[in-house]
Amino acid sequence: MADSYVGIVTCSGEEIPEGTTTRFAFRKVREQLRPGQVVTICLPLFIAGGEEERQFAISHPTITLDGCEKRCAAKATEKLSGKPARCLVVTEILKEKGIPGPSKVRRLSQADKAAADVVADELAKTVDAVLEKAE
Amino acid sequence: MDKKAKKVAVVACSGIGKSLGALSREITYELIERVKPGIAVTKCLGLVVSGDSDALKMLKENPVITIDGCAKECSKKSVVAQGSKVDRSFQIMDFMKRHKGLKPDGISELNDAGQKLASLAADDLAEVVDDLINQEGK
Repeated sequence: MADSYVGIVTCSGEEIPEGTTTRFAFRKVREQLRPGQVVTICLPLFIAGGEEERQFAISHPTITLDGCEKRCAAKATEKLSGKPARCLVVTEILKEKGIPGPSKVRRLSQADKAAADVVADELAKTVDAVLEKAE
Repeated sequence: MDKKAKKVAVVACSGIGKSLGALSREITYELIERVKPGIAVTKCLGLVVSGDSDALKMLKENPVITIDGCAKECSKKSVVAQGSKVDRSFQIMDFMKRHKGLKPDGISELNDAGQKLASLAADDLAEVVDDLINQEGK
């Protein structure tokens, strides 16, 4: 049976603007771009939660969205739950498209929000690709 | 020679599904940027969960405050699970009880009540930061 939705795990990194970008991008995908097609789990629940939480990436295909090259979400998901179907990194997405990285960690500027929109579009496309492969 | 704590590490829960997670994050920013800049610092919880050696070293060498959005206490449990200690732990409900009437809403961006609550909570935590710094200095 095909999966009807995709799991997304963001790093939500508190120290860097790109961590905030992951939150904005995920929310846009969930609420506007692909409503009803994605679910999420707070990354630390892989440690703090129970077996059900740790089954997250095993139960359905999962995309990780990290802010930086440290790839905390990807590493933790693979180590504590299951291998992600796809791993995205904000800095790589923006670099590839020639867009400057976000500048504010707390409240994104208009330019930062525009960058987050680009990341959200990329995330939505990846959701489509993962769902298509699962069919 | 007195042992001096250079920093107090504040680790927020990263909760992405509820406004209380956003509030824990906002309290942390209020604390490190406005109330105790240069003394209170934050570390990405993702770094803790993924076992980043530099992040874990920092937590082991400095007092740690965790701020969690819900009773699952992801931040506190993650820090402890990675072998560090938690000096003070708080849940958002602690601050909501103390500052009644402020109902936070919004996830990507908090509403005005959430912002106000974050500011008041960070003010509350100033004393906690001072206590931890003073204890380390003794």
